[in-house]
Amino acid sequence: MSRNYSALALLRGALGGNRNWDQAWRSPEPRAHYDAVIVGGGGHGLATAYHLAKTHGMTNVAVLEKGWIGGGNTGRNTTIVRSDYYYPQSAAFFNHSVSLYEKLSRELNFNIMFSQRGMLTVAHSRGEVDFQRRLVNGMALNGIDMEMVTPDQARKLCPIMNFGPEARYPILGGMLQRRAGTVRHDAVVWGYARAADRVGVDIIQNCGVTGIDRDPASGAVTGVQTTRGAIGCGKLGVAVAGHSTMLADMAGFRLPLRSYALQAFVSEPLKPVLDVVASSALLGVYVSQSDKGGLVIGGNADAYASYAQRGNIPTAEAVSAALVEFIPSFSRVKMLRQWAGIVDYAHDSSPVLGLSPVPGLYLNCGWGGGGFKAIPAGGETFAHTIATGTPHPLITAFSLDRFRDLALVDEAAAAGIEH
Amino acid sequence: MLSVPCPYCGPRDETEFVNGGEGHVDRPVPPEAVGDADWAAYLFFHDNPKGHLRERWLHAFGCRRWFHAIRSTADHAIALTYPIDAKPDFPA
Repeated sequence: MSRNYSALALLRGALGGNRNWDQAWRSPEPRAHYDAVIVGGGGHGLATAYHLAKTHGMTNVAVLEKGWIGGGNTGRNTTIVRSDYYYPQSAAFFNHSVSLYEKLSRELNFNIMFSQRGMLTVAHSRGEVDFQRRLVNGMALNGIDMEMVTPDQARKLCPIMNFGPEARYPILGGMLQRRAGTVRHDAVVWGYARAADRVGVDIIQNCGVTGIDRDPASGAVTGVQTTRGAIGCGKLGVAVAGHSTMLADMAGFRLPLRSYALQAFVSEPLKPVLDVVASSALLGVYVSQSDKGGLVIGGNADAYASYAQRGNIPTAEAVSAALVEFIPSFSRVKMLRQWAGIVDYAHDSSPVLGLSPVPGLYLNCGWGGGGFKAIPAGGETFAHTIATGTPHPLITAFSLDRFRDLALVDEAAAAGIEH
Repeated sequence: MLSVPCPYCGPRDETEFVNGGEGHVDRPVPPEAVGDADWAAYLFFHDNPKGHLRERWLHAFGCRRWFHAIRSTADHAIALTYPIDAKPDFPA
C-alpha cells in the first residue's frame, strides 16, 4: 500500500476495510550511539529531528520521549497560531513560523487543518485602545498583518461578545490579525513524527532521560542515561518545555526559567457560534470553537510554580468568570474537559534558544505558553543550530547570554496575555 | 483548593494569599564589586526543582504578613511554614 496519504489512498483503505494501513511511524529499539539525540518528543523535538535528517543530512538521529507522542504540551494547548509580537526579533521569528504553518500540510503530507480564521483581541478602555494602536503600528512596521478594528467592526466579527449596555467592561475596539488561526494540534506532532520516521529518525517512546554523561576532560556531552539504558550521542538537543531545568540540573548548569501549570478547557460541542479566535487581555480569557464544535478556552497561568499537570481551582474559576463576562451567552455551556500543561517561563516571556554552557548540548526552551505556534520555525532553526554548532540568525537574540548582558526581549511587558 | 497554613492565622484558602516567588534569594553585596554573571544569577537564575521549594507568601486578605513556606511543586503540598526572618533546616 502506498505510504503517501491522499484521497486515493483513503479510498483504497476504505475498500480494504481499513485493515491495511501501515503504522505511521516505527517503534525501534534504541541503538547504542546516535550522531544526535533530541530529548523530548513534542512538536519542537520532532520538527528538529525531521529537519536534521531532511535539511542537514543527519540520519543517525533519535528522539527520546518520556511518555508517548502527543501526550505532552503539544496535545495540551489551545491550538492557536499567530504572530502578533511586538519586538522585531520576535516578529521575524513568529511570522516565519506562521508562514511555515501555511505550507505544513503539504510539507508533511499530513492534514494539520490550519484554519486562518483571524484573531481578535478586544480593548475595554481608552487607555487599552491607545496601547493597542501603539502595538499595531509597531507590529505593522515589522511586517505583521495587524489592523485596528472599530467597535462596529468588532461587533460584526463576533456579535456574541458582551456589547450590552450593562457590560461592566465595554468593548471599545480591538486589534485583528487575519492570518492567525487554529491548527489541529495532534496532527502537528503526528505529522512531524511520521515525516521524521520516513527520513530515518528513530522515535523512542517510554524512554525517560535520567542522566547526562559528559567527558571528564572537555566537559562535552557524550551520551544520556535513560530508563531504557545508556545511549551515546555526539550532540544533544533538549526540547522538554516545563522540565528543561531538570535536564539542566543533570548537566550541571542553571536556566533562568520557572515552571508553571497553564490550564485550558473544552466545552460540550455546540452548533457553529464563533468563527474567530476572540481574546480579552483585560479579562484574561480567550476562546475559539473547534471543528467538532467544542469551545476551546484558555487564560492566564496558575499563580505559583508547579509541575502538577492538573491546574488549580481558583484559576479555573477566574477563567470561567472572565468567559461569562466576555461572552454572556456561554454562561450555561457545560465544560467537558480541563487539563494543564507545564510550561517554562523566562523573565521576559521570550524563549531561550541555542547554545548552552555545556559543549554539545543545545537548548530549545522557555516558550512559556506560546511554544505551539513556534513549532515549525523552532524545529527549523534548532536543527540548523545543532547541525552547524552556530545559532540560526533568527534565534541569536534569544540566547542564554542575554540574561547576563541584560539584552532582554521583553515580550512580557508588550503582550496582552500568556504567550 | 489549596489550604495554606498561615503561621499567624492557621489554615486558610489559597485565594487569600499571594505567592511571592522563591525565598531566601539574597541580594549580592557590595553592589560595586558584583560582576555581570553574579547579578544575572541573583536576578534570573533561580531554583526550579520538581519537589520542595522555599517560597515567600503574603497573607494579603488576612493578617497581611509575609512568611515563608516549603511547598512541593510536584503536588503542591505545603510541608512547613515559618516567619519571614527565619530559615529552619529541612531535609532535602
